[in-house]
Amino acid sequence: MKKKNQTTRTNRYILIGLAVFCAFMMVLSSFSDRAAGPFRVLANVTVVPLQQGLNHIGGWLGDMKDNFATLQQLQDENQRLQEQVDALTTENNYLLEESHEYERLQELYELDQNYAEYEKTAAHVIGRDSGNWFSTFTIDKGRTDGIRPDMNVLAGSGLVGIVTEVGPTWAKVRSIIDDSTNVSGMVLSTSDTCIISGDLSLMSTGQIAFDQMENNDHVVAVGDQIVTSYISDKYLQGILIGSISEINVDSNNLTRSGYITPAVDFRNIQEVLVITTTKAELTGENETGEE
Amino acid sequence: MKSMKIRRIIVTAVILLAAYLLQTAMFPALEIAGVKPNFMLIVTASFGFMRGSREGMLVGFVSGLMIDIQSGDMIGYYALIYLAAGYLNGIFEQIYFDEDIKLPLFLIAGSDLLYGMTIYFLSFLLRSDFNFLYYMNRIIIPETIYTIVITLIVYPLLLYINQCLEEAEKRSAGRFV
Repeated sequence: MKKKNQTTRTNRYILIGLAVFCAFMMVLSSFSDRAAGPFRVLANVTVVPLQQGLNHIGGWLGDMKDNFATLQQLQDENQRLQEQVDALTTENNYLLEESHEYERLQELYELDQNYAEYEKTAAHVIGRDSGNWFSTFTIDKGRTDGIRPDMNVLAGSGLVGIVTEVGPTWAKVRSIIDDSTNVSGMVLSTSDTCIISGDLSLMSTGQIAFDQMENNDHVVAVGDQIVTSYISDKYLQGILIGSISEINVDSNNLTRSGYITPAVDFRNIQEVLVITTTKAELTGENETGEE
Repeated sequence: MKSMKIRRIIVTAVILLAAYLLQTAMFPALEIAGVKPNFMLIVTASFGFMRGSREGMLVGFVSGLMIDIQSGDMIGYYALIYLAAGYLNGIFEQIYFDEDIKLPLFLIAGSDLLYGMTIYFLSFLLRSDFNFLYYMNRIIIPETIYTIVITLIVYPLLLYINQCLEEAEKRSAGRFV
């Protein structure tokens, strides 16, 4: 009996010790990012290589499955594509001509900031958030590949989220549908700004909410595109977020709010593009925080 | 005796690593209605009532820490929750028997419910989001049900591994006496 009491007491000490350690780490990591440093390195040598391996196996299996597509199908497709190539070559030549003209005109007007030309790097998604409450994921590129916190992440043409933490060979991305995310957006056609906030209760419907759009004379209708705005200090200007699926005038008659259908299918993200320029660099502000 | 201890530590570490990989890399593909099972909690709770509070705590702490490193906002948040889960389940070691599957199911379901409510309380209620019923119906209860289903598959496996280890420990202890 005495021995048992002894173990119970030791257990209690261990419990209290570890709990205090957790609380200490929480306080430390909410003040400084550096506290998580040693743990990130630990993840780098244990979990991340395995996740990357699994990802490769998954990709390989996917390729194998694709190989079973029949030859006939491929030949048909090849023929169709060949015709398309011919048509597109002609079109491309025509567009190149236009593009040259455009460049010339742009130089003429000294438009030095062309937002379509951000430098990007591709990365694979190797892990998802382990719970059901938040929407973050891990990609297989990190500090050694030039990824830094606050870089914007795209999939296809739409905004996916922002890099929040970086390890040596991996980075954590928080998506814009995450419940704790707010993005400043604007309507492409009228430049009215609004706040887009992720919401867990809307996640299953595949929509995100926006509000605080000024209720002025500008006509904003369902289907209008929403892009990131010029006043955001984290998100680069002009990245497509989605299109309006519902818009209402709030009861205060001063603002409008509604819902957006994102341009990205968040259930199905495998490859993402990370823009390797941050807004802070672009605007010439010093990066706050680490480095 | 020492080699047995090392063997147990290695086996536990492998189980934890496998559980974490399944949770982050495979379960997102098995999502039903936007919910995935909480595999790490199954492992933590199982170690708690199979091996006692101390191992439950350590396993919970390590699994929580792994989640923190890759997906949490701050280090220590999930570690604390899983630590508590491991400790509380360890209390039930005294009334636990290998043959009985009702108690493990009940404990794991209870742990998952409590886990969901804790997360709601700490991350949502404190941000004055009072829509508890919605989260209950949308996440906490579906997650619990899904986790129980996965438990039915995973728990016998964990039990088998534990029994093998205990058998080997007994044998080696007998040899040295």
